[in-house]
Amino acid sequence: MSGKRSTFLLSALVFGFAFLYVPILLVMIYSFNEGKLVTVWTGFSTKWYVSLFSNDGMIDAAWNSLRIGVMSATLALALGTPAGLVMSRFGRFKGRTLFSGMIAAPLVMPEVITGLSLLLLFVTLEQMVGWPAGRGISTITIAHTTFCAAYVAVVVQSRLSGMDTSVEEAAMDLGAKPAKIFFVITLPMILPALLAGWLLSFTLSLDDLVIASFVAGPGSTTLPMKVFSSVRLGVSPEINALATLIILAVSAMILISSLLILRSERNRSRASSTEEA
Amino acid sequence: MTSDTPEKSLSLKQRFDRWMIKHGRVLVIGIPYVWLFLFFLVPFLIVLKISFAMAEYAQPPYSSLFDWIEEGVTVTLNFGNYLFLLSDNLYATAYLNSIRIAAISTVITLLIGYPMAYGIARARGSVRSILLMLVILPFWTSFLIRVYAWIGILDREGLINAFLLWTGIITEPLIMRQTEGAVFVGIVYTYLPFMILPLYSTLEKMDVSLIEAALDLGCKPWKAFLKVTLPLSMPGVLAGSLLVFIPSVGEFVIPELLGGPNTLMIGRTLWNEFFANRDWPIASAVAIAMLVFLVVPIMWFQHIQTKQEERQS
Amino acid sequence: MLVPEAVLDRAHEDVHKTQPWNNPDAVPFIRFENVTKKFGDFYAVDDVSLDIYRHELFALLGGSGCGKTTLLRMLAGFEEPTSGKIYIDGVDMAGVPPYERPTNMMFQSYALFPHMNVEQNVAFGLLQDGVSRSETKQLVADMLALVQMSKFAKRKPHQLSGGQRQRVALARSLVKRPKVLLLDEPLGALDKKLREQTQFELVNIQEKVGTTFVMVTHDQEEAMTMASRIAVMNEGVINQTGTPFELYEYPNSRYTANFLGQVNLVEGVLIDDDEKYAVIKSDEGGCEIYIDHAVQGHRGMTFWAALRPERLRLTKEPPENIKYNCVSGKVEEIGYLGGISTYHVRLASGKRIKVTEPNSTRQIEPRYTWEDPVWVSWEAGAASVLNK
Ligand SMILES: Nc1ncnc2c1ncn2[C@@H]1O[C@H](COP(=O)(O)OP(=O)(O)OP(=O)(O)O)[C@@H](O)[C@H]1O
Ligand SMILES: [Mg+2]
Repeated sequence: MSGKRSTFLLSALVFGFAFLYVPILLVMIYSFNEGKLVTVWTGFSTKWYVSLFSNDGMIDAAWNSLRIGVMSATLALALGTPAGLVMSRFGRFKGRTLFSGMIAAPLVMPEVITGLSLLLLFVTLEQMVGWPAGRGISTITIAHTTFCAAYVAVVVQSRLSGMDTSVEEAAMDLGAKPAKIFFVITLPMILPALLAGWLLSFTLSLDDLVIASFVAGPGSTTLPMKVFSSVRLGVSPEINALATLIILAVSAMILISSLLILRSERNRSRASSTEEA
Repeated sequence: MTSDTPEKSLSLKQRFDRWMIKHGRVLVIGIPYVWLFLFFLVPFLIVLKISFAMAEYAQPPYSSLFDWIEEGVTVTLNFGNYLFLLSDNLYATAYLNSIRIAAISTVITLLIGYPMAYGIARARGSVRSILLMLVILPFWTSFLIRVYAWIGILDREGLINAFLLWTGIITEPLIMRQTEGAVFVGIVYTYLPFMILPLYSTLEKMDVSLIEAALDLGCKPWKAFLKVTLPLSMPGVLAGSLLVFIPSVGEFVIPELLGGPNTLMIGRTLWNEFFANRDWPIASAVAIAMLVFLVVPIMWFQHIQTKQEERQS
Repeated sequence: MLVPEAVLDRAHEDVHKTQPWNNPDAVPFIRFENVTKKFGDFYAVDDVSLDIYRHELFALLGGSGCGKTTLLRMLAGFEEPTSGKIYIDGVDMAGVPPYERPTNMMFQSYALFPHMNVEQNVAFGLLQDGVSRSETKQLVADMLALVQMSKFAKRKPHQLSGGQRQRVALARSLVKRPKVLLLDEPLGALDKKLREQTQFELVNIQEKVGTTFVMVTHDQEEAMTMASRIAVMNEGVINQTGTPFELYEYPNSRYTANFLGQVNLVEGVLIDDDEKYAVIKSDEGGCEIYIDHAVQGHRGMTFWAALRPERLRLTKEPPENIKYNCVSGKVEEIGYLGGISTYHVRLASGKRIKVTEPNSTRQIEPRYTWEDPVWVSWEAGAASVLNK
């Protein structure tokens, strides 16, 4: 009886992970294919990596994406952290409903709408006040900051509402004023959540095609835009090479971070077990 | 108390502290508030405004609603765009199609994701964290590239066709890319992790002894699953389904890359109005319609949902 | 008041010093004046007036959700009263934020800063006040020595046991020498044995530092061992305030009598009274209860006699004076606890009476067994009379 069940679960897992990973693995394998076609394996070669790195358009786009990603993740953190704090710790205030709506809405807003509306804002602003003059890196950064800030706010809010307020009250009781409490007590305690929020924002920004396409200008093509225009025409070995690099980089990052988490957890449990002994 | 020390004797730091205590709260609320207001709310008002304008060959390509004549301002509201949306059933079709495709994909994702989540939740500790990492990993890699991976598989010259031709099962390549089926595959593939993670977290938290109790009381295993496991994991099912349904309804990339020319979805329609037809007012009207018929109901549903959860806890 | 004059009448100089609450001229250190706290429509604290004196170890005692924590949090400044006033050392506390109040709190969950070690936790409050580094170091070291935690100064909270965390929390709140130390269930997270040991340590520390302690607890034994005075709370209202002795011997209500220790409550009607005595006829008990002091009330009024199990005598033979203060029944349950035995006696009316007897000599077999017919009797001074 339980044998039947576990066979079913096992095959579900095998099938599911095959479904998740076979396409990625195929892309990685064919990035080393000498020929241009996906279907025929003509021999091992790294020439597509060479051609990827000599593709200036691609390198520029990647550079743009990285810059936008770092800037908008940082700005999103700066805006989203106070927003999350307000949502979980400030109680009622005038306009709270609108505020929480503006934080929840970007998460469910279709990207096409966000992109269109921000473009129209930038066009209107340019007409009215002359800023932003043309569109480019800065408009993309503003757009990404806005929706990433909402994600950061949600991450921070959920971390804070899971956290006992008595620690902050204790700090206040011992004479610390609100601003100090935030920087000395709250911030260090939610640091992992902030890091997660930053990484999430960075990834979302790097990954975004639709919003960037709306608010980009000439000379501010991002990596997804570049990839998209080349992928539309079909499979390209250069993109295979790029995909492989991205996947390897992400895997390495995740591996390292989970090892770090594992180690700190182990340290922690060792410390508490020596105490009990 | 410090409040009766004279103003003059205060140091700069004391003044700053006092100012912060008085205005700090307003500042902390105000900065994100103003940003979101300016870059999230105001844009919608502008979209609303432009949806009432007329398309023109100009820069920007729409007419102005306000005419400055000597007596003052006259406002010309043009409902033509909305009437056009109603008259041409392309838009209604695209809207309904989006919902249908998103709903079907969500169900498929659930059917694949539930057993996976269940299997992960029942796995041993170390295996479990590895499996979980394997679910999370694709989420951090590029979305576009994951869709792209399927082009190489489903294409006319793709791997499946090559394999089938080689085995001799078929003599003519099958059309798999540029069909609705390919869109389902793309959505299920890219959003599967979003389904598995919330399901996993409810299933993992669930007490195994509940199922044991059901078995002990004479329930057959599948019945125990239907009567105990499934109802208790409903919050996870709902959360996962929403996480899949919401982004896939407005999806542009997947139907564009994997779907055929007549796989109409509302996000794609808006994109085409804007980039291909350069009709900004119609695109705005589509956006407003999406907002009213899609985003508002979803937000309302979520609002009710959280209210209910709060009441239960 | 149902407390006889004799108890209050011992007032002389000495008593005024050690029992300021019995001195009409003493100035209270903390004063609650008609304090009410509402959450929405719900009264968490309802019109409470309370005086606490300097150097007291005052306990707020009551069941779960009766508003103890809320009262304490209003004192600390985390909640503002909906109405009423709170004074500490003569200063009105309205609008004074927690970080400016002369109080420090020891939290129920201890609320130690998880990212700071023991020393940094204890030093935190002093550094907020701008105490110099060297002085802080000295004060922290002294305080850690007082709570016997010097060895663990460099540990993080998650590396400490429950009892050690409790000490750190105490040290952290005491090191600022607050005028009032607030303790919310200070020993709640400790196991029974450690708890009893810590109770005495806490009292010793309080005597050493001389700070006024206000403590919340729902454990009556803890309140009785530690507190100079206790306020018994119920549903946001203070039922009775007094020393452990007064509350146990002279409860003013059935709630208090039940809350502190065990009690048999026997309902009856006043049939005879005088300046020197009163008689209550109880159908429930099937007897007349003679009390050796006057009660306030008129004949025909309903009263309850509160009989502590350890003040009852169990005999096989009827006692000499069968007219008053004795009932007969059958032993229904026996609990042998080693030092004492408890007996549940079923009366003819169906009421059960609990009696405890010390096992002062070693016996071959129990004195009573199930279904034994027995008599329960008590002295005229044993019962206290309650009218609510
Ligand atoms: N912030 C709040 N909002 C609404 N109701 C509250 C709030 N804080 C407390 N209450 C309610 O006020 C009542 C008293 O709460 P309080 O925490 O003072 O109880 P307590 O006597 O300390 O109980 P316990 O022994 O369980 O700690 C409870 O019914 C509680 O539900
Ligand atoms: Mg409490």
